[in-house]
Amino acid sequence: MSTADAAAAVLWTGVTLYAVFGGADFGAGFWTLVVRGGERGTRARALIAWAIGPVWESNHVWLIFVLVVLWTGFPEAFASIMSTLFIPLSLAALGIVLRGAGFAFQGVAARERGRRLATGAFALSSVLTPFFMGTVAGAVASGRVPIGNAKGDPVTSWVNPVSLLIGVLFVAAGAYLAAVFLASDARRFGDPELENYFAARALGAAVAAGVLAVAGIFVLHEDARYIYDGLVSEGLPLVIASAVCGAAALVLLWRGTRRGVRVLAVGAVVAVIWGWGAAQYPYLLPQKLTIEEGAAASETLTALLVVFGVALVLVVPALALLYTLDQRTVLEEEAEP
Amino acid sequence: MGEDLLPLATDLEAARSQMAFTLGFHIILASMGVAFPAIILTANYIGLRRGDDDALRLAQRWSKVAAVLFAVGAITGTVLSFEMGLLWPDFMSRFGEVFGPAFALEGVFFFLEAIFMAIYIFGWRRLRPWVHFWTGVPVVLSGLGGALSVVAVNSWMNTPEGFKVARDGSLTDVDPLNALLNKAVAYEAPHMILAAYMVAGFLVASVYAVGMLRGRRDRHHRLGLLIPLTLAAIATPIQLGVGDTAARSIADDQPVKFAAMECVQKTSTDVTEYIFGRCTSDGIKGGIGIPGLDSWLVGFSTNTKVTGLDSVRPDDRPPANTMLHWAFDIMVGVGSALMLLGLWLGATWLLRRDMPRSRWFLRATAVSGVAAVVALECGWIVTEVGRQPWIVYGVMRTEDAVTEASGVWISLAVVMVLYAALGTATVLVLRAMTRRWRTADLDESEGPYAPRPDLQDMSEEPA
Repeated sequence: MSTADAAAAVLWTGVTLYAVFGGADFGAGFWTLVVRGGERGTRARALIAWAIGPVWESNHVWLIFVLVVLWTGFPEAFASIMSTLFIPLSLAALGIVLRGAGFAFQGVAARERGRRLATGAFALSSVLTPFFMGTVAGAVASGRVPIGNAKGDPVTSWVNPVSLLIGVLFVAAGAYLAAVFLASDARRFGDPELENYFAARALGAAVAAGVLAVAGIFVLHEDARYIYDGLVSEGLPLVIASAVCGAAALVLLWRGTRRGVRVLAVGAVVAVIWGWGAAQYPYLLPQKLTIEEGAAASETLTALLVVFGVALVLVVPALALLYTLDQRTVLEEEAEP
Repeated sequence: MGEDLLPLATDLEAARSQMAFTLGFHIILASMGVAFPAIILTANYIGLRRGDDDALRLAQRWSKVAAVLFAVGAITGTVLSFEMGLLWPDFMSRFGEVFGPAFALEGVFFFLEAIFMAIYIFGWRRLRPWVHFWTGVPVVLSGLGGALSVVAVNSWMNTPEGFKVARDGSLTDVDPLNALLNKAVAYEAPHMILAAYMVAGFLVASVYAVGMLRGRRDRHHRLGLLIPLTLAAIATPIQLGVGDTAARSIADDQPVKFAAMECVQKTSTDVTEYIFGRCTSDGIKGGIGIPGLDSWLVGFSTNTKVTGLDSVRPDDRPPANTMLHWAFDIMVGVGSALMLLGLWLGATWLLRRDMPRSRWFLRATAVSGVAAVVALECGWIVTEVGRQPWIVYGVMRTEDAVTEASGVWISLAVVMVLYAALGTATVLVLRAMTRRWRTADLDESEGPYAPRPDLQDMSEEPA
């Protein structure tokens, strides 16, 4: 494994973490949007705000991580993607502003109208942002991003079957992860009605994501042949692993078992992301720029890997502390009369 | 080629405006993110050490304000990461490998800051008091580290090091560590960090000065004014020293930028220092001139030769010379005035062990927050506009870095509307929080990382 490959693995790890944590965060916003009003809707929204409150900022630091690793380790790919996909990425950035502001303000706004506006901004942008990011992923996967400053088509690069499908798939996968997490949060909180509510939503989202994934295979076959070929060869074990995890989670949800669902749901998402990575290897931009060609100077890659090592040593224990304190608080509150 | 220049130039203006606007917005929040935690911890320390409930309550409320500001700052910071590529792809593709590791380091600091910020804010009721205090210390340290790494990149754009340009324009001998430890970082980083402490200190103090002017002269307000103002008053004289060193170093490292700041047209000795005035190619019109002072400030002798703008071709000189010169003078003027305010506090304290009783002191403190922000923005204009037309000083021109995507004018317009709303909402939300604190008991469950309230309680509220 070359240094460039190692840097690419770091990048892909960041993408995976963002997809899981950020994706679940977006999904929580999706459920805020779709839950109906009334007493249960209010409780569901409160559960969502309660569940992601302490961790949402850390979850989104993974996005910065991905951007920084990309521009440091693979500057040419970063510049090509950011310039050709100026429109969807600007829209995604806009969504991030609305989403973060909405979430931060919904608990502290002065009036009822302000709170509702903030929650609305949070929920709507939680759907739009992952959609636009999905179109970007689709543009890269289908080889529509040429090397250079805005050298690709500003519109058709991301308005095409693959991009649109992956955009919708991103939203569905996030909703699926969020529903699975929220069902277990509701259970830890001792609210069986909400637990069943989100378990049912998780089942629905799982079916939707599964159908989209199967449809995706056909679309990739027509529109992104390189990735399709990779997925049915090098990436095949991971695709199968993803399908098995997804199906097993579906069975457990159907039978009403909760144990193991979270692991399987995360496993399904992680496997498909690494399947995509395996299918695209050795390309950063399929059939246009390989990892080796696009990699920064070896001194830079070494520096990047060193910083990543430092991050592992410092950030992982700190993050573990945050999540532990977060979970323990819940347990303490449960124990209170 | 000549026909292409016009549309390119207009997109360049839009990209520069968008970057300037979003950075100018973010720099206020970033300053609060860097320095506000230190103010909070000072109050927290006093509160624990002396068993002072007023100080503890201030620390607790401030941490909730910091949470809102930190959340907004995280958003505007993310936008900047996008803009690096959206607006300046050719800068990134060529030099990302040189300065990128500094940003990676900043990412680590930011991550730690976010994590410990969350722990500190939601640990108020959950952790033992001194343990809780110590969870705030990494926030202060990672704020300093983060500021250092980000400013290192900006310093590098001013004094680029850590690479060689080959004959075909490609880079060789890339050395990210050398880039990180470039020449300007030694003065630019402390200048920015002290500016952050001044902005946060004067801004927080000004809120309580306004409250005292309105008659709320309790101990809570007194402490709320004195703690941040003392920190800012300590930072300000150091800042003036650092700033003076920075200006002299810029005269060496970026002589054309210095010439534009001081409006020096022709290279010569015995150069007059002008305060304000209008810069023209024939020299300065109006303004207050002090003969020989500019030379003296650069080299402690009126015989010091100061490089003028005439040393380079007109298209290598920074634009908007008068604005640049004024920005520099306003920054220095405001900084000096703020130092006097700090001296007033310090002298009175030495004499009487009390803050000045004059209403004018409160009035001055009340405007000091906005004044510090003005100085901050002016300083940022000086360093950024003064570097133009270069994005990497002497190596890459800004016009060669800009995106070729169309639609930057549209994104600029959207961003301006959105940020106006964001700024307004932030102010409204903070005001609503303080109003609730004044009228009712402190609601523990407020803020983006608030300690979790009971879910049952929340659902009873009409949400």
